[in-house]
Amino acid sequence: MSTNPSDNGFFSKERITAKPGFNRWMVPPAALAVHLCIGEAYAFSVFNKPMTQILGVTKSLPEDWKLTTLGWIFSLAITLLGLSAAFAGKWLEDVGPRKAMFVAACCFGGGFLIGALGISWHQIWLVYLGYGVIGGIGLGIGYVSPVSTLIKWFPDKRGMATGLAIMGFGGGAFIASPLSVALMSHFQSATSTGVAQTFIVLGIIYFISMNIGALTIRIPAPGWKPDGWTPPTTQHAMISQNHVHINTAMKTPQFWLVWWALCLNVTAGIGVIGQASVMIQESFKGAVTPAAAAGFVGLLSLANMLGRFLWSYASDYVGRKNTYYIFLALGAVLYFLVPSAGAAGYVAVFVLFYTIIISMYGGGFSTLPAYLADLFGTRFVGGIHGRALTAWAAGGIFGPVLVNYIRQYQVSHGVPPSQAYTETMYIMACLLIVGIVCNFFVRPVSPHHHMTAEQLGATAAQPAMGH
Amino acid sequence: MEERTTTSPVLLIIFWLYVGIPLVLGIWETLVKASALFK
Repeated sequence: MSTNPSDNGFFSKERITAKPGFNRWMVPPAALAVHLCIGEAYAFSVFNKPMTQILGVTKSLPEDWKLTTLGWIFSLAITLLGLSAAFAGKWLEDVGPRKAMFVAACCFGGGFLIGALGISWHQIWLVYLGYGVIGGIGLGIGYVSPVSTLIKWFPDKRGMATGLAIMGFGGGAFIASPLSVALMSHFQSATSTGVAQTFIVLGIIYFISMNIGALTIRIPAPGWKPDGWTPPTTQHAMISQNHVHINTAMKTPQFWLVWWALCLNVTAGIGVIGQASVMIQESFKGAVTPAAAAGFVGLLSLANMLGRFLWSYASDYVGRKNTYYIFLALGAVLYFLVPSAGAAGYVAVFVLFYTIIISMYGGGFSTLPAYLADLFGTRFVGGIHGRALTAWAAGGIFGPVLVNYIRQYQVSHGVPPSQAYTETMYIMACLLIVGIVCNFFVRPVSPHHHMTAEQLGATAAQPAMGH
Repeated sequence: MEERTTTSPVLLIIFWLYVGIPLVLGIWETLVKASALFK
């Protein structure tokens, strides 16, 4: 596939440049069509138990896969998501969103199909290769592909636009989880758990749905701006009117300060998400049943999804830096208070605090591209965003390790399980305070990093949007 | 004269329903499960 900007083929940027009169509100559902599909990753755990019974069908045989073996599928997918987002970002800026979304659909849908083969033949390496590696690449490319396009269509509502798309990634599990369970029960038989057939159907559904997004996505024409909107005449110090190249952005302190603020926010949130069910049951021994704990996990997922939209939307009015201050400062306060709510037996307060915390975890992701666009301009924001997402992968390793190991250390030193999370929560609060310091030092990018008019013309990667 | 286009409002609504309906159904199911927490 050519990356020649003058290429006028079906996937080219020329072909998907919108004509005057195009309604920009067509673009968010195109982005959602992709993000709601790849958000399936958050629901992958529904396959865990059936995949430990592929050979035994009704029970696990000694030759069946173990949960520890299966855990690597999700870990691989998330790692490849981070890596492909980081590496594909610049390519995406060159080829445009349609080609990137098509490639993402092929990888994600194809990953399911290869995974289905691996399940049918009981070859775990094929599942790792299919869902983990190829599907993971689809996740990463799919995640970043519509984001910079949305920012360019909504210069007046950057946060709202990216929040809508990234909300889809948080919401995909709400569709995938019941759909996967229904498909598995449909295909289940005396000789099959139905997982392989479910993978095939999901692969086809996601391939089609993501391509509907690829077919309908459009990019704005050079110089386009929303009807009746004029770029602000008063310069906001934290919103740049200039553009910084991806490679230059990586050399600025601003990039790494935002990277660390995101990483610490993710570290604090992701550790809780992974342990939510166990945590609430141990904190309220006997008062919270496993069914209620599952409801708590569902509620956190909902907060994660809605937080992605609401916080990002709010950032259009409050400012990105201030929104990050809220995530980090309010998060630190809530982490300090949550053990007291647990000790006092206030289930509702405990749930409320965690719901707010997880909404801010989600908000950190969705506000990020708008924060980066404010700092580095819109020209290369897709690529810069992709590279900043490596903070997610890093936080995804630190968070669960911190929560699990500190809890284990506490319990092995005689601390009752109901109190084993207290110190962990205090450590999370301290991490967020470090994040506040990082956010404090984020300043406008030095003008010597800005691209000149000649450099912008030479890159010809994406027309300047005049804002 | 530059070529213009118009986006059909019906198409716009259908596209939003296409992504919105599955999402709302999934959220509803989650809320029903979550209600066990407060029983």
